[in-house]
Amino acid sequence: MSGKWRGWVVPLVLVSAAEFAMHGVQSYALAAPSAAASAFAELAADGTLWRATFETLGSALAGVVLGGGLGLVLGLWLGLSRTVADAASLSVELLRPIPSVAMIPIALLAFGFGWRLEIAIIAFACLWPMLVLTKSAVAQVEPRLFEVAQVLRLTPMSSVLKLIIPAALPRIFVAFRLCVGVALVVAVTVEIAANPQGLGYSMILAQQTLHPENLFAMLAWTGLLGWSIGAGLLSLQRRLFAHYGGLQ
Amino acid sequence: MRWIKGIAVVAALLCLWQAMAASGFVSRVFLPSPIAASQALLNGLTHGNLGLLTLNTIEHMTYGWLLACLIGIGLGSLIGISSTLRAWLMPTLEVLRPLPASSMVPVFIGLFGFTPNMVLAVIAFGSLWPVLLATIHGFASIEPRLNEVGRMLRLSRAAFIWKIGLPNALPDALAGMRLALTVALILAIVGEMLTSQQGLGRAILFAARSFRSADLFAGVMLLGLIGLCCNALLAAVERRALSWQNHR
Repeated sequence: MSGKWRGWVVPLVLVSAAEFAMHGVQSYALAAPSAAASAFAELAADGTLWRATFETLGSALAGVVLGGGLGLVLGLWLGLSRTVADAASLSVELLRPIPSVAMIPIALLAFGFGWRLEIAIIAFACLWPMLVLTKSAVAQVEPRLFEVAQVLRLTPMSSVLKLIIPAALPRIFVAFRLCVGVALVVAVTVEIAANPQGLGYSMILAQQTLHPENLFAMLAWTGLLGWSIGAGLLSLQRRLFAHYGGLQ
Repeated sequence: MRWIKGIAVVAALLCLWQAMAASGFVSRVFLPSPIAASQALLNGLTHGNLGLLTLNTIEHMTYGWLLACLIGIGLGSLIGISSTLRAWLMPTLEVLRPLPASSMVPVFIGLFGFTPNMVLAVIAFGSLWPVLLATIHGFASIEPRLNEVGRMLRLSRAAFIWKIGLPNALPDALAGMRLALTVALILAIVGEMLTSQQGLGRAILFAARSFRSADLFAGVMLLGLIGLCCNALLAAVERRALSWQNHR
Protein backbone atom coordinates (compact mmCIF):
# COMPACT_ATOMS: atom_id res chain seq x y z
CA MET A 1 0.00 0.00 0.00
CA SER A 2 2.82 2.36 0.96
CA GLY A 3 4.38 1.83 -2.47
CA LYS A 4 1.42 3.30 -4.37
CA TRP A 5 3.17 6.63 -4.94
CA ARG A 6 5.75 4.85 -7.09
CA GLY A 7 3.22 4.33 -9.87
CA TRP A 8 2.86 8.10 -10.24
CA VAL A 9 6.58 8.83 -10.62
CA VAL A 10 7.11 7.47 -14.14
CA PRO A 11 4.16 9.27 -15.78
CA LEU A 12 5.01 12.53 -14.00
CA VAL A 13 8.66 12.31 -15.07
CA LEU A 14 7.65 11.50 -18.65
CA VAL A 15 5.17 14.37 -18.83
CA SER A 16 7.68 16.85 -17.38
CA ALA A 17 10.38 15.58 -19.74
CA ALA A 18 8.00 16.05 -22.69
CA GLU A 19 7.11 19.54 -21.44
CA PHE A 20 10.77 20.45 -21.11
CA ALA A 21 11.75 18.96 -24.48
CA MET A 22 8.88 20.70 -26.31
CA HIS A 23 9.44 24.07 -24.62
CA GLY A 24 9.64 26.71 -27.34
CA VAL A 25 9.74 24.09 -30.11
CA GLN A 26 7.45 24.56 -33.10
CA SER A 27 6.27 21.15 -34.29
CA TYR A 28 3.50 19.87 -36.54
CA ALA A 29 3.78 16.34 -35.17
CA LEU A 30 4.21 16.68 -31.42
CA ALA A 31 2.86 19.01 -28.76
CA ALA A 32 3.80 19.95 -25.22
CA PRO A 33 1.57 18.47 -22.49
CA SER A 34 0.57 21.97 -21.37
CA ALA A 35 -0.54 22.83 -24.91
CA ALA A 36 -2.53 19.59 -25.04
CA ALA A 37 -4.14 20.42 -21.67
CA SER A 38 -5.27 23.86 -22.82
CA ALA A 39 -6.47 22.37 -26.13
CA PHE A 40 -8.45 19.86 -24.08
CA ALA A 41 -10.13 22.67 -22.13
CA GLU A 42 -10.99 24.43 -25.40
CA LEU A 43 -12.38 21.28 -27.04
CA ALA A 44 -14.43 20.57 -23.91
CA ALA A 45 -15.73 24.15 -23.80
CA ASP A 46 -16.87 24.32 -27.44
CA GLY A 47 -18.55 20.89 -27.28
CA THR A 48 -16.42 19.16 -29.96
CA LEU A 49 -15.09 16.72 -27.38
CA TRP A 50 -18.51 15.74 -26.07
CA ARG A 51 -20.01 15.25 -29.51
CA ALA A 52 -17.12 13.00 -30.59
CA THR A 53 -17.31 11.07 -27.31
CA PHE A 54 -21.06 10.63 -27.73
CA GLU A 55 -20.61 9.33 -31.28
CA THR A 56 -17.92 6.83 -30.31
CA LEU A 57 -19.54 5.58 -27.11
CA GLY A 58 -23.00 5.54 -28.72
CA SER A 59 -21.90 3.28 -31.57
CA ALA A 60 -19.86 1.11 -29.18
CA LEU A 61 -22.91 0.65 -26.95
CA ALA A 62 -25.25 -0.09 -29.86
CA GLY A 63 -22.72 -2.57 -31.27
CA VAL A 64 -22.35 -4.34 -27.93
CA VAL A 65 -26.13 -4.58 -27.54
CA LEU A 66 -26.67 -5.91 -31.08
CA GLY A 67 -23.63 -8.16 -31.48
CA GLY A 68 -23.35 -9.17 -27.84
CA GLY A 69 -27.09 -9.86 -27.63
CA LEU A 70 -27.03 -12.08 -30.72
CA GLY A 71 -23.87 -13.78 -29.42
CA LEU A 72 -25.56 -14.39 -26.07
CA VAL A 73 -28.61 -16.02 -27.64
CA LEU A 74 -26.54 -18.15 -30.05
CA GLY A 75 -24.07 -19.06 -27.29
CA LEU A 76 -26.90 -20.24 -25.02
CA TRP A 77 -28.35 -22.28 -27.86
CA LEU A 78 -25.00 -23.89 -28.72
CA GLY A 79 -24.19 -24.44 -25.06
CA LEU A 80 -27.48 -26.20 -24.32
CA SER A 81 -27.67 -28.48 -27.32
CA ARG A 82 -24.84 -30.80 -28.26
CA THR A 83 -26.38 -31.42 -31.70
CA VAL A 84 -26.56 -27.71 -32.52
CA ALA A 85 -23.01 -27.14 -31.25
CA ASP A 86 -21.64 -29.96 -33.43
CA ALA A 87 -23.49 -28.70 -36.48
CA ALA A 88 -22.54 -25.03 -36.05
CA SER A 89 -18.94 -25.32 -34.87
CA LEU A 90 -17.36 -25.50 -38.35
CA SER A 91 -19.28 -22.44 -39.58
CA VAL A 92 -18.29 -20.51 -36.45
CA GLU A 93 -14.63 -21.51 -36.81
CA LEU A 94 -14.65 -20.37 -40.46
CA LEU A 95 -16.34 -17.01 -39.84
CA ARG A 96 -14.72 -16.04 -36.54
CA PRO A 97 -11.15 -15.42 -37.82
CA ILE A 98 -12.30 -12.81 -40.38
CA PRO A 99 -10.67 -9.59 -39.08
CA SER A 100 -13.41 -7.12 -38.16
CA VAL A 101 -11.77 -4.30 -40.15
CA ALA A 102 -11.96 -6.45 -43.30
CA MET A 103 -15.74 -6.02 -43.03
CA ILE A 104 -15.42 -2.21 -43.29
CA PRO A 105 -15.58 -2.10 -47.14
CA ILE A 106 -18.58 -4.47 -47.17
CA ALA A 107 -20.44 -2.39 -44.58
CA LEU A 108 -19.41 0.74 -46.48
CA LEU A 109 -21.10 -0.57 -49.65
CA ALA A 110 -24.20 -1.63 -47.72
CA PHE A 111 -24.68 1.34 -45.39
CA GLY A 112 -22.48 4.23 -46.56
CA PHE A 113 -20.72 6.41 -44.01
CA GLY A 114 -22.33 7.00 -40.64
CA TRP A 115 -23.66 5.29 -37.55
CA ARG A 116 -24.84 2.09 -39.24
CA LEU A 117 -21.42 1.35 -40.77
CA GLU A 118 -19.71 1.63 -37.42
CA ILE A 119 -22.37 -0.22 -35.42
CA ALA A 120 -22.38 -3.12 -37.90
CA ILE A 121 -18.59 -3.60 -37.64
CA ILE A 122 -18.65 -3.37 -33.83
CA ALA A 123 -21.53 -5.85 -33.65
CA PHE A 124 -19.59 -8.28 -35.88
CA ALA A 125 -16.53 -7.94 -33.64
CA CYS A 126 -18.54 -8.45 -30.42
CA LEU A 127 -20.58 -11.38 -31.69
CA TRP A 128 -17.80 -14.00 -31.63
CA PRO A 129 -16.25 -13.56 -28.17
CA MET A 130 -19.74 -13.39 -26.64
CA LEU A 131 -20.88 -16.52 -28.49
CA VAL A 132 -17.82 -18.59 -27.62
CA LEU A 133 -17.61 -17.48 -23.98
CA THR A 134 -21.36 -17.87 -23.34
CA LYS A 135 -21.22 -21.36 -24.82
CA SER A 136 -18.40 -22.36 -22.50
CA ALA A 137 -20.12 -20.62 -19.55
CA VAL A 138 -23.20 -22.79 -20.11
CA ALA A 139 -21.01 -25.88 -20.48
CA GLN A 140 -19.53 -25.19 -17.03
CA VAL A 141 -22.90 -24.92 -15.29
CA GLU A 142 -23.26 -27.52 -12.54
CA PRO A 143 -24.87 -30.55 -14.27
CA ARG A 144 -27.16 -31.19 -11.31
CA LEU A 145 -29.01 -27.98 -12.13
CA PHE A 146 -30.27 -29.66 -15.29
CA GLU A 147 -31.57 -32.53 -13.15
CA VAL A 148 -33.22 -30.00 -10.84
CA ALA A 149 -34.94 -28.50 -13.87
CA GLN A 150 -36.20 -31.96 -14.84
CA VAL A 151 -37.48 -32.75 -11.35
CA LEU A 152 -39.26 -29.41 -11.13
CA ARG A 153 -40.71 -30.07 -14.61
CA LEU A 154 -39.66 -26.62 -15.77
CA THR A 155 -40.33 -25.76 -19.39
CA PRO A 156 -37.10 -25.31 -21.38
CA MET A 157 -37.73 -21.56 -21.48
CA SER A 158 -38.14 -21.14 -17.74
CA SER A 159 -35.26 -23.48 -16.89
CA VAL A 160 -32.98 -21.30 -19.04
CA LEU A 161 -34.29 -18.09 -17.49
CA LYS A 162 -34.48 -19.31 -13.87
CA LEU A 163 -31.53 -21.71 -13.59
CA ILE A 164 -29.05 -21.66 -16.46
CA ILE A 165 -28.61 -17.91 -17.03
CA PRO A 166 -28.29 -17.07 -13.31
CA ALA A 167 -25.76 -19.89 -12.89
CA ALA A 168 -23.71 -18.80 -15.91
CA LEU A 169 -24.10 -15.07 -15.23
CA PRO A 170 -20.70 -14.40 -13.62
CA ARG A 171 -18.90 -15.82 -16.65
CA ILE A 172 -21.28 -14.08 -19.05
CA PHE A 173 -20.45 -10.80 -17.32
CA VAL A 174 -16.75 -11.42 -17.93
CA ALA A 175 -17.60 -11.93 -21.62
CA PHE A 176 -19.61 -8.69 -21.59
CA ARG A 177 -16.66 -6.82 -20.07
CA LEU A 178 -14.39 -8.20 -22.80
CA CYS A 179 -16.94 -7.16 -25.48
CA VAL A 180 -17.08 -3.58 -24.19
CA GLY A 181 -13.29 -3.36 -24.47
CA VAL A 182 -13.37 -4.80 -27.99
CA ALA A 183 -16.21 -2.43 -28.95
CA LEU A 184 -14.26 0.69 -27.91
CA VAL A 185 -11.13 -0.41 -29.77
CA VAL A 186 -13.08 -1.32 -32.91
CA ALA A 187 -15.11 1.92 -32.78
CA VAL A 188 -11.95 4.05 -32.75
CA THR A 189 -10.37 1.85 -35.43
CA VAL A 190 -13.35 2.18 -37.78
CA GLU A 191 -13.31 5.94 -37.25
CA ILE A 192 -9.59 6.12 -37.98
CA ALA A 193 -9.81 3.92 -41.08
CA ALA A 194 -13.02 5.10 -42.70
CA ASN A 195 -15.93 6.61 -40.81
CA PRO A 196 -15.92 10.43 -40.49
CA GLN A 197 -17.28 10.77 -36.94
CA GLY A 198 -16.29 10.21 -33.34
CA LEU A 199 -13.02 10.36 -31.43
CA GLY A 200 -10.98 8.44 -34.01
CA TYR A 201 -11.92 10.82 -36.82
CA SER A 202 -11.31 13.89 -34.69
CA MET A 203 -7.77 12.60 -34.04
CA ILE A 204 -7.14 12.05 -37.76
CA LEU A 205 -8.60 15.49 -38.46
CA ALA A 206 -6.37 17.11 -35.82
CA GLN A 207 -3.32 15.49 -37.41
CA GLN A 208 -4.30 16.48 -40.95
CA THR A 209 -5.00 20.07 -39.98
CA LEU A 210 -1.63 20.20 -38.18
CA HIS A 211 -3.04 20.64 -34.67
CA PRO A 212 -0.94 18.14 -32.69
CA GLU A 213 -2.14 19.68 -29.40
CA ASN A 214 -5.74 18.69 -30.27
CA LEU A 215 -4.54 15.25 -31.33
CA PHE A 216 -2.77 14.60 -28.03
CA ALA A 217 -5.69 16.00 -26.01
CA MET A 218 -8.07 13.59 -27.80
CA LEU A 219 -5.58 10.73 -27.46
CA ALA A 220 -5.25 11.20 -23.70
CA TRP A 221 -9.03 11.48 -23.38
CA THR A 222 -9.54 8.28 -25.40
CA GLY A 223 -7.06 6.44 -23.20
CA LEU A 224 -8.64 7.78 -20.02
CA LEU A 225 -12.10 6.80 -21.26
CA GLY A 226 -11.03 3.25 -22.14
CA TRP A 227 -9.21 2.81 -18.86
CA SER A 228 -11.99 4.14 -16.64
CA ILE A 229 -14.72 2.14 -18.40
CA GLY A 230 -12.63 -1.01 -18.01
CA ALA A 231 -11.84 -0.29 -14.36
CA GLY A 232 -15.47 0.60 -13.65
CA LEU A 233 -16.77 -2.65 -15.12
CA LEU A 234 -14.14 -4.64 -13.22
CA SER A 235 -15.14 -3.15 -9.87
CA LEU A 236 -18.82 -3.66 -10.75
CA GLN A 237 -18.03 -7.31 -11.46
CA ARG A 238 -16.24 -7.67 -8.13
CA ARG A 239 -19.17 -6.14 -6.29
CA LEU A 240 -21.89 -8.11 -8.11
CA PHE A 241 -20.20 -11.49 -8.02
CA ALA A 242 -18.15 -11.20 -4.83
CA HIS A 243 -19.57 -14.51 -3.60
CA TYR A 244 -18.39 -16.22 -6.75
CA GLY A 245 -14.77 -17.37 -6.54
CA GLY A 246 -12.37 -18.31 -9.28
CA LEU A 247 -13.20 -15.49 -11.67
CA GLN A 248 -10.46 -13.39 -13.12
CA MET B 1 -20.39 -37.72 -38.03
CA ARG B 2 -19.63 -34.37 -36.40
CA TRP B 3 -17.74 -33.27 -39.50
CA ILE B 4 -20.56 -34.25 -41.83
CA LYS B 5 -23.02 -32.17 -39.82
CA GLY B 6 -20.65 -29.22 -39.77
CA ILE B 7 -20.05 -29.39 -43.52
CA ALA B 8 -23.79 -29.76 -44.14
CA VAL B 9 -24.47 -26.54 -42.22
CA VAL B 10 -21.75 -24.68 -44.13
CA ALA B 11 -23.22 -25.97 -47.41
CA ALA B 12 -26.70 -24.90 -46.30
CA LEU B 13 -25.43 -21.40 -45.45
CA LEU B 14 -23.75 -21.16 -48.87
CA CYS B 15 -27.03 -22.22 -50.55
CA LEU B 16 -28.91 -19.60 -48.55
CA TRP B 17 -26.34 -16.97 -49.61
CA GLN B 18 -26.67 -18.09 -53.26
CA ALA B 19 -30.47 -17.94 -53.06
CA MET B 20 -30.39 -14.49 -51.48
CA ALA B 21 -28.04 -13.18 -54.15
CA ALA B 22 -29.88 -14.83 -57.03
CA SER B 23 -33.34 -13.70 -55.94
CA GLY B 24 -32.19 -10.09 -55.78
CA PHE B 25 -33.57 -9.89 -52.22
CA VAL B 26 -30.29 -8.19 -51.34
CA SER B 27 -28.90 -5.95 -54.07
CA ARG B 28 -26.11 -7.56 -56.07
CA VAL B 29 -24.14 -4.33 -55.81
CA PHE B 30 -23.04 -5.34 -52.33
CA LEU B 31 -23.84 -9.04 -52.15
CA PRO B 32 -22.29 -11.09 -54.98
CA SER B 33 -23.33 -14.72 -55.27
CA PRO B 34 -20.89 -17.17 -53.67
CA ILE B 35 -20.18 -18.53 -57.15
CA ALA B 36 -19.21 -15.09 -58.45
CA ALA B 37 -17.07 -14.48 -55.36
CA SER B 38 -15.20 -17.77 -55.68
CA GLN B 39 -14.73 -17.17 -59.41
CA ALA B 40 -13.22 -13.78 -58.58
CA LEU B 41 -11.01 -15.48 -56.01
CA LEU B 42 -9.75 -18.14 -58.44
CA ASN B 43 -9.35 -15.62 -61.23
CA GLY B 44 -7.45 -13.21 -58.99
CA LEU B 45 -5.15 -15.95 -57.76
CA THR B 46 -4.37 -17.44 -61.17
CA HIS B 47 -4.46 -14.40 -63.51
CA GLY B 48 -4.49 -11.40 -61.21
CA ASN B 49 -2.22 -10.22 -58.43
CA LEU B 50 -4.34 -11.48 -55.51
CA GLY B 51 -1.60 -13.92 -54.47
CA LEU B 52 0.99 -11.14 -54.42
CA LEU B 53 -1.31 -8.85 -52.42
CA THR B 54 -1.86 -11.63 -49.89
CA LEU B 55 1.89 -12.06 -49.51
CA ASN B 56 2.27 -8.28 -49.06
CA THR B 57 -0.25 -8.25 -46.23
CA ILE B 58 1.34 -11.30 -44.57
CA GLU B 59 4.73 -9.59 -44.88
CA HIS B 60 3.55 -6.34 -43.20
CA MET B 61 1.85 -8.31 -40.46
CA THR B 62 4.81 -10.61 -39.80
CA TYR B 63 7.50 -7.89 -39.68
CA GLY B 64 5.50 -5.79 -37.23
CA TRP B 65 4.63 -8.83 -35.16
CA LEU B 66 8.22 -10.10 -34.99
CA LEU B 67 9.44 -6.67 -33.92
CA ALA B 68 6.73 -6.57 -31.25
CA CYS B 69 7.66 -10.07 -30.03
CA LEU B 70 11.37 -9.19 -29.79
CA ILE B 71 10.78 -5.94 -27.90
CA GLY B 72 7.92 -7.40 -25.84
CA ILE B 73 9.79 -10.47 -24.63
CA GLY B 74 13.05 -8.54 -24.09
CA LEU B 75 11.49 -5.66 -22.16
CA GLY B 76 9.01 -8.00 -20.48
CA SER B 77 11.85 -10.14 -19.13
CA LEU B 78 13.71 -7.13 -17.76
CA ILE B 79 10.63 -5.60 -16.12
CA GLY B 80 9.15 -8.91 -14.99
CA ILE B 81 12.31 -10.18 -13.31
CA SER B 82 12.61 -7.18 -11.00
CA SER B 83 9.88 -6.51 -8.45
CA THR B 84 11.23 -2.97 -8.04
CA LEU B 85 10.82 -2.12 -11.73
CA ARG B 86 7.37 -3.71 -11.67
CA ALA B 87 6.27 -1.48 -8.79
CA TRP B 88 7.44 1.64 -10.65
CA LEU B 89 6.18 0.75 -14.13
CA MET B 90 3.15 -1.52 -13.89
CA PRO B 91 0.57 1.19 -13.00
CA THR B 92 1.60 3.18 -16.11
CA LEU B 93 1.47 0.08 -18.32
CA GLU B 94 -1.94 -0.90 -16.94
CA VAL B 95 -3.34 2.55 -17.77
CA LEU B 96 -1.89 2.46 -21.29
CA ARG B 97 -3.09 -1.07 -22.01
CA PRO B 98 -6.75 -0.27 -22.94
CA LEU B 99 -5.69 2.55 -25.31
CA PRO B 100 -6.84 1.45 -28.79
CA ALA B 101 -3.72 0.68 -30.84
CA SER B 102 -5.22 2.38 -33.88
CA SER B 103 -5.47 5.69 -32.00
CA MET B 104 -1.68 5.93 -32.33
CA VAL B 105 -2.07 5.96 -36.13
CA PRO B 106 -2.45 9.79 -36.35
CA VAL B 107 0.58 10.24 -34.08
CA PHE B 108 2.73 7.98 -36.24
CA ILE B 109 1.44 9.66 -39.42
CA GLY B 110 2.62 12.96 -37.95
CA LEU B 111 6.02 11.51 -37.09
CA PHE B 112 6.73 9.33 -40.13
CA GLY B 113 4.29 10.54 -42.79
CA PHE B 114 2.45 8.03 -45.00
CA THR B 115 5.46 5.73 -45.25
CA PRO B 116 6.04 1.98 -44.87
CA ASN B 117 7.79 2.78 -41.57
CA MET B 118 4.57 4.32 -40.25
CA VAL B 119 2.65 1.09 -40.93
CA LEU B 120 5.44 -0.96 -39.36
CA ALA B 121 5.47 1.28 -36.27
CA VAL B 122 1.69 1.07 -35.88
CA ILE B 123 1.66 -2.73 -36.16
CA ALA B 124 4.64 -3.17 -33.84
CA PHE B 125 3.31 -0.73 -31.24
CA GLY B 126 -0.18 -2.25 -31.25
CA SER B 127 0.91 -5.87 -31.00
CA LEU B 128 3.59 -5.06 -28.42
CA TRP B 129 1.15 -4.80 -25.50
CA PRO B 130 -0.21 -8.35 -25.38
CA VAL B 131 3.33 -9.81 -25.58
CA LEU B 132 4.86 -7.36 -23.09
CA LEU B 133 2.16 -7.69 -20.43
CA ALA B 134 1.92 -11.48 -20.78
CA THR B 135 5.70 -11.85 -20.47
CA ILE B 136 5.79 -9.62 -17.38
CA HIS B 137 3.00 -11.68 -15.88
CA GLY B 138 4.85 -14.89 -16.67
CA PHE B 139 8.00 -13.64 -14.94
CA ALA B 140 6.08 -12.20 -11.99
CA SER B 141 4.43 -15.56 -11.30
CA ILE B 142 7.69 -17.53 -10.95
CA GLU B 143 7.47 -19.95 -8.02
CA PRO B 144 9.38 -18.22 -5.14
CA ARG B 145 11.33 -21.40 -4.46
CA LEU B 146 12.82 -21.22 -7.96
CA ASN B 147 14.27 -17.85 -6.97
CA GLU B 148 15.93 -19.58 -4.03
CA VAL B 149 17.20 -22.32 -6.32
CA GLY B 150 18.70 -19.64 -8.56
CA ARG B 151 20.45 -18.06 -5.57
CA MET B 152 21.73 -21.43 -4.33
CA LEU B 153 23.18 -22.22 -7.75
CA ARG B 154 24.67 -18.70 -7.86
CA LEU B 155 23.11 -18.12 -11.27
CA SER B 156 23.86 -14.74 -12.78
CA ARG B 157 20.80 -12.63 -13.59
CA ALA B 158 21.14 -13.40 -17.30
CA ALA B 159 21.45 -17.13 -16.63
CA PHE B 160 18.46 -16.98 -14.32
CA ILE B 161 16.35 -15.28 -17.01
CA TRP B 162 17.48 -17.75 -19.66
CA LYS B 163 17.30 -20.98 -17.65
CA ILE B 164 14.43 -20.42 -15.23
CA GLY B 165 12.58 -17.21 -16.08
CA LEU B 166 11.93 -17.65 -19.81
CA PRO B 167 10.79 -21.30 -19.69
CA ASN B 168 8.49 -20.30 -16.85
CA ALA B 169 7.07 -17.33 -18.78
CA LEU B 170 6.78 -19.25 -22.07
CA PRO B 171 3.11 -20.31 -21.74
CA ASP B 172 2.05 -16.72 -21.01
CA ALA B 173 4.34 -15.24 -23.66
CA LEU B 174 3.05 -17.64 -26.33
CA ALA B 175 -0.57 -16.82 -25.47
CA GLY B 176 0.33 -13.13 -25.74
CA MET B 177 2.04 -13.71 -29.09
CA ARG B 178 -1.06 -15.44 -30.44
CA LEU B 179 -3.24 -12.50 -29.44
CA ALA B 180 -0.63 -10.12 -30.84
CA LEU B 181 -0.76 -11.78 -34.27
CA THR B 182 -4.51 -11.15 -34.48
CA VAL B 183 -3.90 -7.50 -33.58
CA ALA B 184 -1.06 -7.33 -36.14
CA LEU B 185 -3.32 -8.56 -38.96
CA ILE B 186 -6.01 -5.99 -38.08
CA LEU B 187 -3.47 -3.16 -37.96
CA ALA B 188 -1.82 -4.28 -41.21
CA ILE B 189 -5.22 -3.99 -42.92
CA VAL B 190 -5.85 -0.55 -41.36
CA GLY B 191 -2.36 0.60 -42.35
CA GLU B 192 -2.86 -0.51 -45.95
CA MET B 193 -6.27 1.17 -46.09
CA LEU B 194 -4.77 4.49 -44.96
CA THR B 195 -1.53 4.57 -46.93
CA SER B 196 -0.67 3.61 -50.47
CA GLN B 197 0.99 0.38 -49.33
CA GLN B 198 0.17 -2.58 -51.54
CA GLY B 199 -1.86 -5.27 -49.85
CA LEU B 200 -5.27 -6.83 -49.38
CA GLY B 201 -6.47 -4.02 -47.08
CA ARG B 202 -6.07 -1.45 -49.84
CA ALA B 203 -7.35 -3.85 -52.49
CA ILE B 204 -10.68 -4.51 -50.74
CA LEU B 205 -11.23 -0.80 -50.08
CA PHE B 206 -10.60 -0.05 -53.78
CA ALA B 207 -12.89 -2.91 -54.81
CA ALA B 208 -15.64 -1.44 -52.62
CA ARG B 209 -15.15 2.07 -54.03
CA SER B 210 -15.48 0.82 -57.58
CA PHE B 211 -18.42 -1.47 -56.68
CA ARG B 212 -16.55 -4.68 -57.60
CA SER B 213 -18.28 -6.67 -54.88
CA ALA B 214 -17.06 -10.10 -56.10
CA ASP B 215 -13.42 -8.97 -55.80
CA LEU B 216 -14.21 -7.42 -52.42
CA PHE B 217 -15.59 -10.70 -51.08
CA ALA B 218 -12.66 -12.64 -52.54
CA GLY B 219 -10.27 -10.38 -50.59
CA VAL B 220 -12.26 -10.71 -47.37
CA MET B 221 -12.23 -14.51 -47.77
CA LEU B 222 -8.45 -14.45 -48.13
CA LEU B 223 -8.10 -12.27 -45.02
CA GLY B 224 -10.27 -14.70 -43.08
CA LEU B 225 -8.07 -17.53 -44.35
CA ILE B 226 -4.92 -15.70 -43.16
CA GLY B 227 -6.49 -15.26 -39.73
CA LEU B 228 -7.52 -18.93 -39.61
CA CYS B 229 -4.09 -20.22 -40.66
CA CYS B 230 -2.15 -17.93 -38.30
CA ASN B 231 -4.26 -19.02 -35.36
CA ALA B 232 -3.95 -22.71 -36.22
CA LEU B 233 -0.20 -22.38 -36.74
CA LEU B 234 0.45 -20.69 -33.41
CA ALA B 235 -1.88 -23.09 -31.59
CA ALA B 236 0.21 -25.95 -33.00
CA VAL B 237 3.45 -24.23 -31.93
CA GLU B 238 1.99 -23.72 -28.46
CA ARG B 239 1.04 -27.38 -28.15
CA ARG B 240 4.48 -28.44 -29.36
CA ALA B 241 6.46 -26.04 -27.19
CA LEU B 242 4.41 -26.67 -24.09
CA SER B 243 4.10 -30.45 -24.38
CA TRP B 244 6.48 -30.78 -21.38
CA GLN B 245 3.85 -29.16 -19.20
CA ASN B 246 1.51 -32.14 -19.40
CA HIS B 247 4.13 -34.49 -18.00
CA ARG B 248 4.33 -32.74 -14.67
